Amino acid sequence: MKLSNIFSRRNRILLRELVITDFKLRYQGSILGYAWSLLKPLFLFAIMYVVFGMLVKLGSVEHYSVYLLFGIVLWTFFSEATSQGMNSIVARGDIIRKINFPKYIIVLSTTISALLNLVLNFVIVGILMLVNGVEFHFSALMILLFIAEIYIFALGIAFFLSALNVKYRDTGHIWEIIMQAAFYATPIIYPLSVVMEKSGIAAKLIMLNPVAQAIQDARYFLVTHESVTPSQLFHNPLYIIAPFLIVVAVLAIGSFYFKKNSKYFAEQI
Amino acid sequence: MADKEIAVKVLDLSKSFKIPLEASSGVKQKLINLLKGRKGYREFTPLNDISFEIKKGDFFGIVGRNGSGKSTLLKTIAGIYAPNNGLVQVNGTLVPFIELGVGFNPELTGRENVFLNGALLGFSREEMEAMYDKIVEFAELEEFMEERLKNYSTGMQVRLAFSIAIRAEGDILLLDEVLAVGDEAFQRKCFAYFERLKRNKKTVILVTHDMSSVERYCNKALMISDGEIEIIGDPNQVAAAYSRSNDESYDPDTGNEVKGKIDDPADIYNLKIRVESADTLQEKKKFISGEEMIVGLTWKNPDITEASITIVKESGETVFGVGTYQDKYKMGKNERVSFRIKLDINEGDYYLKVGLGKKGQPLPVVMIDEGPRFTVNRDKQAPRWEGFSLLDHSWGD
Repeated sequence: MKLSNIFSRRNRILLRELVITDFKLRYQGSILGYAWSLLKPLFLFAIMYVVFGMLVKLGSVEHYSVYLLFGIVLWTFFSEATSQGMNSIVARGDIIRKINFPKYIIVLSTTISALLNLVLNFVIVGILMLVNGVEFHFSALMILLFIAEIYIFALGIAFFLSALNVKYRDTGHIWEIIMQAAFYATPIIYPLSVVMEKSGIAAKLIMLNPVAQAIQDARYFLVTHESVTPSQLFHNPLYIIAPFLIVVAVLAIGSFYFKKNSKYFAEQI
Repeated sequence: MADKEIAVKVLDLSKSFKIPLEASSGVKQKLINLLKGRKGYREFTPLNDISFEIKKGDFFGIVGRNGSGKSTLLKTIAGIYAPNNGLVQVNGTLVPFIELGVGFNPELTGRENVFLNGALLGFSREEMEAMYDKIVEFAELEEFMEERLKNYSTGMQVRLAFSIAIRAEGDILLLDEVLAVGDEAFQRKCFAYFERLKRNKKTVILVTHDMSSVERYCNKALMISDGEIEIIGDPNQVAAAYSRSNDESYDPDTGNEVKGKIDDPADIYNLKIRVESADTLQEKKKFISGEEMIVGLTWKNPDITEASITIVKESGETVFGVGTYQDKYKMGKNERVSFRIKLDINEGDYYLKVGLGKKGQPLPVVMIDEGPRFTVNRDKQAPRWEGFSLLDHSWGD
């Protein structure tokens, strides 16, 4: 998987066409169409806000509604990119059996399509920020770095899972369960300070997860400085860069496993 | 050592597949097999140590009965399958047509599908824009391009796919039984396309069952059987060898032997065809003109939603063919269908061509080109008539 190949003319053309198709087909046949990509996180937000923002108070944090919505939007992105990426190879089996082309383009196209969805979701985050009077600083552009981090992490996982899913269709079910647990193991609906009060070690463990770290860091720059970031939690710089190392390792392992197996996709699907 | 005259070099090529014995392909089965020390699959070797060369400008035919390994060979040359042993060397850009309309999506419009299919063949959006009008014009689908593909008839989809395919510019073209589908007008277009390729000295690899096109277009051919090269060289000799091998394998007792299964080891559809008399419901292969015949198809795959049956005269002319799609017949979930037809056809030898299709896929997934054979005799008492079939008629003054 040479970098120059990824951007070869033919592969670029294909990638672009697959992303467009993916995006067009996503809400095919539904009346509300693309509105669904806004409505889904919005409804999850509404439910979580009523339960955890009003009924069960889980500690307080400045601009909790924006804090919650932004967390949900980033999580939805991670969840979509990994689960759709995982299914992408099997779903495109008809093409893989008929024509030879670099298979990673398929995974790349579905994850990019999830990224486009995230961009759409920023519209509702922006509106809620205005309503809540959250100030915008140019340092907020730092969130791009953390979105890139989540994307690369998701891509690595998608590579691994999509190849595994060709061999074992159990993969999808297992991943669904893991994602359910991970949703609560990531500080999305609750502020991390709640965990810190109970157990400092638990809070530290949570923050080794790249998604948790990226969400906390992104919130820090966009929403509120009350968002606890790794640099406040850890004193050893090794722990601060640990999530980034995990991301790099997952991408390396994922793409290695994918590359090793991709030449047999056509006969195994 | 790269010879400039060689377009494709195949050296000691072997390919085998592991076919799981159990239907389920999950972790649980893997664990059970591991505990019981079972392999859990059987090894199947469609290609066994094959070597040959195709020169630039060759029109190279590959023939072989279903299941002989020719499709695996084609897919390995196309790079879709990775060889277990040996190598395939391709000099130049290779454009494969394992199937027409790869990536066609029924939910997209005709226009959108043109661009998607074009991208898979390596064309950019700009290049496709430039030839879009020609493609549409050639397919004769001007008024339908903004409609979704699912509203197209099979013929329209094939026409569209073919119009895109012939635009493909490559040094080497791989064509897999493109001729198996489509009506006569479409086949004529195919032949014109072949003529053009031949004139332009393109390297073409053609996999087919149709010996007349091997004899007509190919300057070299090879016949493969049981994964090994049976004969290679002069196309006329290869065609003759192929016809002989078909005659030998034809079962004179039942006449019902399906020639091989399907050639793709990835899909085992297990199609069975039974020809019987409508009166006795007994298997039968000799009919009297005017008698009713029942063709029963069974298969093993829940995704099959369409079937088609064509009656072909031994000399190759289609007498009558129709599909569930055209008749708007919805098949049940029992993985079978039965087709009843009154044989108002002239005496002679016939065979059935049978196809199965999946919903939303423009082309059949299984195509038995030469299925069961049967003979039609004339009732000596009945009035005589000339031609293919007895049409409703009357005389007046």
